[in-house]
Amino acid sequence: MGHVLELRGLSKHFPNHVALDDLSLEISEGEFFSLLGPSGCGKTTTLRLIAGFEAPTSGEILLRGKPQAALPPHQRKVSTVFQNYALFPHLTVQQNIEFGLRYHPRPDAKESVRECIEMMRLDGKQDRKPAQLSGGEKQRVALARSLVLRPDVLLLDEPLSALDPNLRKQVRTELKALQRRVGITFIFITHDQEEALSVSDRIALLYKGRLEQLGTPRDLYLAPRTRFAAGFLGPVNWVNGFGIRPESTRLSLHAPQETGLQSIPGTVQELMFLGNCLHVETRTADGQTIVAEVAREECTYERGQAVHAFWSRHDEIRCDPS
Amino acid sequence: MKRLLPLAATGIYAFLHLPLLVLAVFSVNSSRFTLWEGFSLRWYQAAFQDQQLIEATVNSLLIAAVATAAAAVIGTLCAHALWKKDAPIITMSLSLSLVTPEIVAGISLLALFQWIFRFLNVHLGLHTVILAHVSFCISFVVIVVLARLRTFDNSLEEAAVDLGATEWQAFRHVTLPNLMPAIVSAALLAFTISFDDYVITSMVAGVDSETLPMVLYAIARRGANPMVNAISTIIVLGLGVMILASERLKES
Amino acid sequence: MRRLRLLFLFPTASILLLLFAVPLGILLVYACMTRGAYGGTMPPFTGESWLRVLDPLYLGIVGRSFLVAGISTLICVVLGFPLALFISRSGPRKNLYLSLVMLPFWTSFLVRTYAWMFLLRDTGLINTALQSLGLIREPLPLLYNWWAVILGLVYGYLPFMVLPLFSTLERLDPALMEAAGDLGARPSQSLLRVLLPLSAPGIRAGAILVFIPCLGAYLTPDLLGGGRTILIGTLIQNQFSNSRDWPFGSAISLALMALVMVMLWIQVRRKGEPLL
Repeated sequence: MGHVLELRGLSKHFPNHVALDDLSLEISEGEFFSLLGPSGCGKTTTLRLIAGFEAPTSGEILLRGKPQAALPPHQRKVSTVFQNYALFPHLTVQQNIEFGLRYHPRPDAKESVRECIEMMRLDGKQDRKPAQLSGGEKQRVALARSLVLRPDVLLLDEPLSALDPNLRKQVRTELKALQRRVGITFIFITHDQEEALSVSDRIALLYKGRLEQLGTPRDLYLAPRTRFAAGFLGPVNWVNGFGIRPESTRLSLHAPQETGLQSIPGTVQELMFLGNCLHVETRTADGQTIVAEVAREECTYERGQAVHAFWSRHDEIRCDPS
Repeated sequence: MKRLLPLAATGIYAFLHLPLLVLAVFSVNSSRFTLWEGFSLRWYQAAFQDQQLIEATVNSLLIAAVATAAAAVIGTLCAHALWKKDAPIITMSLSLSLVTPEIVAGISLLALFQWIFRFLNVHLGLHTVILAHVSFCISFVVIVVLARLRTFDNSLEEAAVDLGATEWQAFRHVTLPNLMPAIVSAALLAFTISFDDYVITSMVAGVDSETLPMVLYAIARRGANPMVNAISTIIVLGLGVMILASERLKES
Repeated sequence: MRRLRLLFLFPTASILLLLFAVPLGILLVYACMTRGAYGGTMPPFTGESWLRVLDPLYLGIVGRSFLVAGISTLICVVLGFPLALFISRSGPRKNLYLSLVMLPFWTSFLVRTYAWMFLLRDTGLINTALQSLGLIREPLPLLYNWWAVILGLVYGYLPFMVLPLFSTLERLDPALMEAAGDLGARPSQSLLRVLLPLSAPGIRAGAILVFIPCLGAYLTPDLLGGGRTILIGTLIQNQFSNSRDWPFGSAISLALMALVMVMLWIQVRRKGEPLL
C-alpha cells in the first residue's frame, strides 16, 4: 500500500508564535491515523493546512504524490468533519448531503446520496433541518456529507467532543467500524488519549508544534520516548528517573523477595475509590508519591499504614530526560 | 426607590410618546385650530389631494428605494469582508461618517457636486440625492449585518469550500441565505433613515427633486397647518411598522 | 480568498473616498481660499477664514453651542439613567421596554421635532389649553427660545444615552446592590457609591453619543429656535446661503469635524474599539 498523504517539513509560523514546526508524516492508504496532543500542540493547524484553510509557512503536502500547496481548499480531494459539524442550517439533511455533489457532478450522484443516507442510518430524516437533529444524528450527516464525495482522506476535527459523554464510546466504535467498511483514510484529531488509543492504527503525538512521537497505540503507551509522552498517554509515577504506571504498581505489607521486582517502602497517604478499583497514594521516605491501582477486594489498607510499593522491572518506562 | 423608579420611567415614556400621540389625535380633528371639535378625516383628504405632496412623496419613496437597495448590497459585501478580517481604515471611516454632523456632510457633498459640475453638464437632482443617501445608509447596513455575522459560525463557509464550493459560491449559497433576515432588517432601517432625511437632502436636491421632508419642513416653518399632523401621522405609522419588522427580523 | 475580500470592500471604500473623504478635502481647499462675490471661492489662498473662526463673535457662538449641547447631554443623563435602570431591571419585558424607547427614535426626526412645534407654538396645544382653561390670557412664549432647542435636542437624542447605559447596567451583577445593602448602605447610598461609579463607562459612551450630534445640530435649532438661536450648525448653513462666504463656512465645518474626531477618538481609545 502506498502513501496517500505525505507531509514534508511542514511549518506554520504566526506573527507571535510557531504553531507547527517541521512536521513530516507519511500516512498509508486506508489507515486510521490520529493526531493527538493537548490544546495548542498544532494538531488543528495541521488539519487546517491539509484542508487548505491556511497556507503553510514552509514545507509540502502531497496527496497521492501530487503537491497541494497551490490548490485552494475546494480543489483538494480531502474532506473535513468539523468539530461543531458546520451543517448548513438553511438546508435539509438531504440538501446538506447533496451540497458537495453540486460542485462535483457525478452520474451516480443520486444513488450515492441514497447509499450514504442508508449507511449513516438517516432514513426518514432527509427532510429535517439540522436544528431538529440530535448530536449523534448531526455527526452522521456531517460524515455522510463528506463521504458521499469519496475523498482520498477524511479529516475529523475532534468529532466526538460535541457529543454527550455517554454517547462517545459508542460513537467511536461506530466510527472505527465505518472506516473499515468504506476503506477511506481517516485522520482523526483529538486531545483525548483514550479515544486515540482505542481507535487508531497509528498515532502521532504532537507537543508545542513538534512531533513528539509516532507509533502504534501500543508503542506509545508502553514505550513512550519522552516524559511528556508517557504522562500524556496515561498516569505515571516518576521514581528515581524512571516511570511506572499505577496499574503496574502493586502493594504489600512486606518487601517482596522475588527477583526482577523493584520495591520501595512508604506510608499510605490517601485512598481514592474509583468504582472498579482504588488508587492508593503512598509517600516514600524521600518524599516521592507513588500511586498504585489496587483491586477493590484486595484493598485492606488504611491511611498511615506502612507498606511496600513494588513492580516488575520489566514494566518500567525509561525515556529521555527531557 | 422601588416605587420611585417605575414612576420616573412612566414619566419619561410619556415624554417620549405623548407628543406623537397628541399629533395623531389632532390629525383627525375637524377644526383648523388646536381645539377639539370632532372627528374628521378632512386633513388626510387634503393631504392626498395635494399635488406637491404627492410628487414629493413619490420622490422620497423612489430615492429611499434605490438608495436602500444599493446600500444593502454594498454594505453587506463590506460587512462580510470586515467580518473575515478587520480593515481599520474602513471601520474608522464608517464610524466617522456615522457621527459627522449632517450639516457638514451636506455642505461638503454640495461642494463636491458643484465642483464636479464645473466639468460636466449635469445639475443637482434625484441622482445627487440618491448618491448622498447611499453614502450615509451604508454605515447602518454594515452595523446591522456585521452584528449578525459576528454570531455566525465561521466554519460554515469553510465547510462549503471544503465540499468543493468556491469562495464566491460559499458566500452565495451558504452565507447569503442565512444572512437574508439581517440584510432585510438593515434595509428597512436604511429605508426609514433615507426617507426621513432633511438636512443633507435639502443641500443636494435640485429644483425637480423635492422630497417629502423638504415639503413638510417648508409647511411647518410657514405656521400651523393641520395637514402636517395628518402627514406626520402617516409617516410615523408607516416607518414605525418598518422598524418593528426590522427589529423582528434582527431577532430571528 | 484575499481577492474576493478586496472585491467586497471596493464599493464601500470607493464611496467613502469619493463621497466622504474627497468632499472634506474640497472643504479644506475652500477654507484656504478667498470668498467670491456671489458665493463660491476664488484665489488667492489665504488663512483669513481660519483666523475668523477665532473671532470673539464666532467663538461666542461656539461657546454657546457647547453650552447648549452640554446642558442637553446633562439632562439626557438625568433622564436616561433612571430609564435605563428601570429597563435593565424589568426582566423578561426588557426588550419590549427597550423598543419602546427606540421606536419613536427611528421613525422620523423631522416629525418628532414638528410635534414639539405643534405643542409649543403660540397657537399650539399647550397655549390653547391654558388659555381655554383661563389660566393665561396671552400665549406664553414657549417656542423659539433656547429652552425649546434644548428640549428638542433631549427629545431627539435621549435614546443615544439610554442604549449604552442599559447595556452597561444590564451587565452589572444585581447582587452588588444587595451586597451594598447587606453591608449597611441605605438605597440612596448604594446608588451613589456603587451603582453610579460602576455605570460610568455607559454614561461616558452615552454622553459622547448625545453630545456630538447636539453640537452639530442644525434642524432642531432651526425649527424650534427660529432665527433667534444661532449655533454652529446654523452658522455653517448661513455661510453657504445668506452670507455667501464659502471659505469661512468650510473652515467652521472642518473645525467642527476636528472636534467630533477628537471626541470619537477619545471614545475609541477608552473602549478600545470603534463604533461598529
